[in-house]
Amino acid sequence: MSAHDQAAIDANPRLSMLEAAWVIARRDFIAVLFSRAFLFFLLGPLFPVLIGGLAGAVGSSVSKEAAVVEVGLAMSAEDNAAMMQARERLAPLTRGSVPVLNPVPEAAEDPAFDAAQYLEARRGNFAAIVTGSLDAPLVVGTARQVNRWQGTVELIAAEASAPQSYPQSASIAVAGSAASERSNRIRTAQASQMVMFLLTILLAGMVLSNLAEEKGNKIIEILAAAIPMDAVFMGKLFAMLAVSFVGIAVWGTLGWAFWAIAEDAIVTVTQTNFRDLPGPAVGWPLFLALGVVYFSMAYLLLGSLFLTIGAMASSVREVQTMSMPVTMMQIMVFFLAAATLTDAGSNLELVAVAFPLSSPFAMLARAALDATMWTHLAAIAWQALWVVLLVKGGSLLFRKRVMKSGGAGTEKKKRRRGRARAEAEPAE
Amino acid sequence: MHMQVSEHMSADNAMAIHHDGRPLAIEARGLVKSFDGTRAVDGVDLSVPEGAIYGVLGPNGAGKTTTLRMLLGIIDPDEGVRRVFGHDRPHDIGRLIGYLPEERGLYPAMKSIEAIAFMGALRGLPLAEGRKRGAELLEKHSLTHAADRTIRQLSKGMAQTVQLLGTLVHRPRLVVLDEPFSGLDAINQGKLEGMIRQLAEDGVTVIFSTHVIHHAERLCEGVAIIAGGKVPYAGSVEKARDRIPAQVRLETRAREGAWTAALPQDARREGDFFYFSLPETGVEPLLKQLIEGDAGILSLSIERAGLHDAFVAIAGEAAAKQLEADAVGGQS
Repeated sequence: MSAHDQAAIDANPRLSMLEAAWVIARRDFIAVLFSRAFLFFLLGPLFPVLIGGLAGAVGSSVSKEAAVVEVGLAMSAEDNAAMMQARERLAPLTRGSVPVLNPVPEAAEDPAFDAAQYLEARRGNFAAIVTGSLDAPLVVGTARQVNRWQGTVELIAAEASAPQSYPQSASIAVAGSAASERSNRIRTAQASQMVMFLLTILLAGMVLSNLAEEKGNKIIEILAAAIPMDAVFMGKLFAMLAVSFVGIAVWGTLGWAFWAIAEDAIVTVTQTNFRDLPGPAVGWPLFLALGVVYFSMAYLLLGSLFLTIGAMASSVREVQTMSMPVTMMQIMVFFLAAATLTDAGSNLELVAVAFPLSSPFAMLARAALDATMWTHLAAIAWQALWVVLLVKGGSLLFRKRVMKSGGAGTEKKKRRRGRARAEAEPAE
Repeated sequence: MHMQVSEHMSADNAMAIHHDGRPLAIEARGLVKSFDGTRAVDGVDLSVPEGAIYGVLGPNGAGKTTTLRMLLGIIDPDEGVRRVFGHDRPHDIGRLIGYLPEERGLYPAMKSIEAIAFMGALRGLPLAEGRKRGAELLEKHSLTHAADRTIRQLSKGMAQTVQLLGTLVHRPRLVVLDEPFSGLDAINQGKLEGMIRQLAEDGVTVIFSTHVIHHAERLCEGVAIIAGGKVPYAGSVEKARDRIPAQVRLETRAREGAWTAALPQDARREGDFFYFSLPETGVEPLLKQLIEGDAGILSLSIERAGLHDAFVAIAGEAAAKQLEADAVGGQS
């Protein structure tokens, strides 16, 4: 085996690009998979979910608090009672969109009660106060509150004056309509874009820190001497992509298991039967396949850009500084792709489709909304071309700008300069 | 052992390439590389025959590392050509080359044996074979106990040895070492010298950069002296030394006499001795005149110039002083 291997090396002294990239990818894949970084990558999606959940709970509590509006009654005791009874009758019919009505205690005690003065004195906690009679109610409040509640107060007063009987309507529910299907598909497109964006940013950051770490370990020169930098870049990109697939597989399996165990609970909590949701325009299997491809492309594009930055930077701090504008740009192109989601065929949407970094996001949205297939093949080819160009450009920049001089020599020069300065300075 | 080395002068001089029939492992002509408008390497020519130990000697910042990086294809020259085993693109024969950079680097979390196997894999050696050979190499260098330790658990010297073994695990035909002796203690420097000699005996071409003249003088059959990005001399160590005439030290009983007129023009007196360059005609005619002039010769010795003297003569006093300063800095 040994002699055979040696003979093979001598006979074929060049490692192919694929073989070289494989050596790098295999090392990186194993190293990342068994590192703490992968644990964070696995836990990563939990944080947005957790933060989203917390923010949702807090927001919902705050909005509930804010949504409880109380309108004060400063009419006669009878009218107050009639208004409150009318409100109770109307509340179920209007799905709770009528305000809570409560008598203003100070009004009952003071025959000369002035609602305007009362509100301007910032007393009580009423959005508005109704005075006058059932026939001629007077709404006192800020212009905004008056505008908001005047019609509702009139409705309640009319109901209080003469209770109406309302006909009960029957209903027939249909599975869906064109409007609801499109609306759901847009939601699918939005959700898939968001998931893809989060994963891409997370991964590209990992590949960036991976390269910065290698520069810190000084191993990059060994790699650059042994194999072309294109192969180093490719190997690193695909290793991280494979890591992400492992992560997605783990999350997918957990999600599927959770769904299998708690489908009923999920439907009850979310009030949505996901099985009834309309599929994306190209159908779920193809949509998922395209999702994987576009995610890969989005990651490869951003990753190769980040690798170029990582290769050119000399320290982790420099990496962070240089990568910030790229991250900002990626957020902007994501917004571009998201904003044009409902404008298929518009000039702006075509820009989002053509610009390499936003193209995967825009095309995934198209897959959700439009069943045309050839556009995907063209877009994938276009994106792949840009991946190759970025990798080539990155490795070229690396070779041109990074390996400038022997580091130890530079250190020694610094030391020497320091010594020379010390010698030049007069002793005190 | 004297070996005829292919030799040429830089482009400034008349170029004459002649070697002993051995094919060239490395051939470079007029290599130029600039960084940010500054010429780091300015027209370097090199010819290294297969199986030679070749030194690139010069102070820090002279352009040694940049030259080696161009030879390896890590960076491309702005001008000039380089051929390694006849290939313009060194990566095309990457499996035949081993490289130890000046800035040592290994993955800290990797086990020693895996680091060696990985470096072999970069050069096309299957991982399993790399591990097997790595174990053998570690055993040969009494480092078997370090095989399963991670790099961060090793001492600096051990980590350097592991990296060197990784450089050699795929049995390259050309080994390029950038400042291999820096950071090593005297014992490990001796071991490394032994390894380099063994490689050459096995037919491997070794080229290394150094700013320590003694290493080049002890090991190399050929040397390129590099200063300020230029190579004022590239050729055999012997011929470099021959560029300076041997020095004669003469001790006589008589202090004065007509015989002093027979001494060469550069003769100077220091204490009891005369020092002068060995005449081109040899020492015999001079001896005859001294005996006839009754100088009373007490002692006469001929001292051949060392590589340091040759370096001073070729690269200049300033470069030599910088080289000495670097050597002191490197040891500190």
